[in-house]
Amino acid sequence: MPGLRAMRSLLLFLLLCGVSFAEEAKQDHDLANLVHQDCGSCHGLTLKGGLGPDLRPDSISHYDADTLSEVILDGIPGTAMPPWRPIMSEAEARWIAHYLLEGPK
Amino acid sequence: MKRIFSLVTTLFLLGGAAQADQISSTGDLGLVVERAKGALLLVDQSEHAAVDRIEGLGDLSHASLVYSPDQRFAYVFGRDGGLSKVDIIERKVVKRVLQGGNSIGGAISDDGKLVAVSNYEPGGVRVFDADTLEMVADIPTASKTIGLVDAPGRKFVFSLWDDGETWIADFSSGKVDITKVKGMGENPYDALITEDGRTYITGLFGEDGLTALDLWAEKPEAIRVLPNYGRGLKDLPVYKMPHLEGWAKAGQEFVLPAVGHHQVLWIDSVTLKETGRTDTYGQPVFAMARPDGRYVWVNFAHPLNDTIQVIDTLTKQVVHEFKPGPAVLHMEFTPRGHEVWISVRDAGAVMIYDTRTFEKLGEIQADKPSGIFFTARAHKTGL
Repeated sequence: MPGLRAMRSLLLFLLLCGVSFAEEAKQDHDLANLVHQDCGSCHGLTLKGGLGPDLRPDSISHYDADTLSEVILDGIPGTAMPPWRPIMSEAEARWIAHYLLEGPK
Repeated sequence: MKRIFSLVTTLFLLGGAAQADQISSTGDLGLVVERAKGALLLVDQSEHAAVDRIEGLGDLSHASLVYSPDQRFAYVFGRDGGLSKVDIIERKVVKRVLQGGNSIGGAISDDGKLVAVSNYEPGGVRVFDADTLEMVADIPTASKTIGLVDAPGRKFVFSLWDDGETWIADFSSGKVDITKVKGMGENPYDALITEDGRTYITGLFGEDGLTALDLWAEKPEAIRVLPNYGRGLKDLPVYKMPHLEGWAKAGQEFVLPAVGHHQVLWIDSVTLKETGRTDTYGQPVFAMARPDGRYVWVNFAHPLNDTIQVIDTLTKQVVHEFKPGPAVLHMEFTPRGHEVWISVRDAGAVMIYDTRTFEKLGEIQADKPSGIFFTARAHKTGL
């Protein structure tokens, strides 16, 4: 019954896709939560600034995603902005850079 | 006749009972900031329960509040610059003004008549009539202001992040009289005042150490404390600024979070000399002494913010460590210290623990809870 086997494989494939989409969505949700809750400690829950500067799209439009990712990963020496590299991957920093530039949806 | 008498007595008693039902006492109540929701959860210490939710307070990230001397009103300082007066008996917001663009905390004068708010944008402190919330003084500083506390004698003390100064605003004469103390150090990030109102200490972010002021002195001057404590050690990244609070005094010593080092620092409260260091699990955010001073409870910055350590004041050793859950943001002791209430943001709960057995006594659901404030703060200088 090759047809059934193919169907089973397809089903398995679809299930796995579902899992990975769900995982990705969870990661996005966790990163967005980090931005608002933890970056928000200094930049404000709505990112309009506090001890650290305003991070809303209009205020950071002079940055490109690469520069912003670097700032996130390496911090700004001499200021309160810490390097996040020890606890964050480059892909995560890039996701956050785009998230900030585009603004929360 | 006898029957009539007893009927009258019964009616009188019933009337009395009904009245007692309507009287609400506030001494064991508290407010929990639900920061994303812009709400306050009214909680009852004795019942281990939430009794109501008060909404409509704006952006409450990093919000804090103080209480009126009669423990009926809370003045809530929101990040959006909102100053709200909340009646915890009527359980509603009774007044609200948008007083600044971006505020960071506040204080109430010892006589309960003035409420001061510290602002990042525009930088400075604004002072309001506690009854009407009308502004009575505007003190621009051209700097982000931090570490605002009340001091005895209708005074407010605060520091300037950008300029390294501490200002003492004295309202005792009716109008404001300002004393500026220069040379407090680079980037003071928060401050505390001791319960006796004598010592004001700022933590520094831009350099190692802390700076103290003796407010009993005729002319208070900056006193450097532990100027070399981190020298030679590589600073670790700080993912959340520590807080200093008046309760961090244990016996004769202050217990303060180090910045950029995973340690708490012990300082003699009279000589201001270091008496010890305790290595901790992460960057401490709050180091809070149980009200009797016997133990110090410490929570930590992201990403190690799921853990609490308890330090014995006598030995300065960690005697207990546990993980209440993801993102422990704040702790508040009951006034005599038998319980501690802990907000665990990402678990969506306030958890209640016995401070002697460390047994968990209860849990209250809350939406991203941060600060917990019991009404007993009304009677403490600096809180």
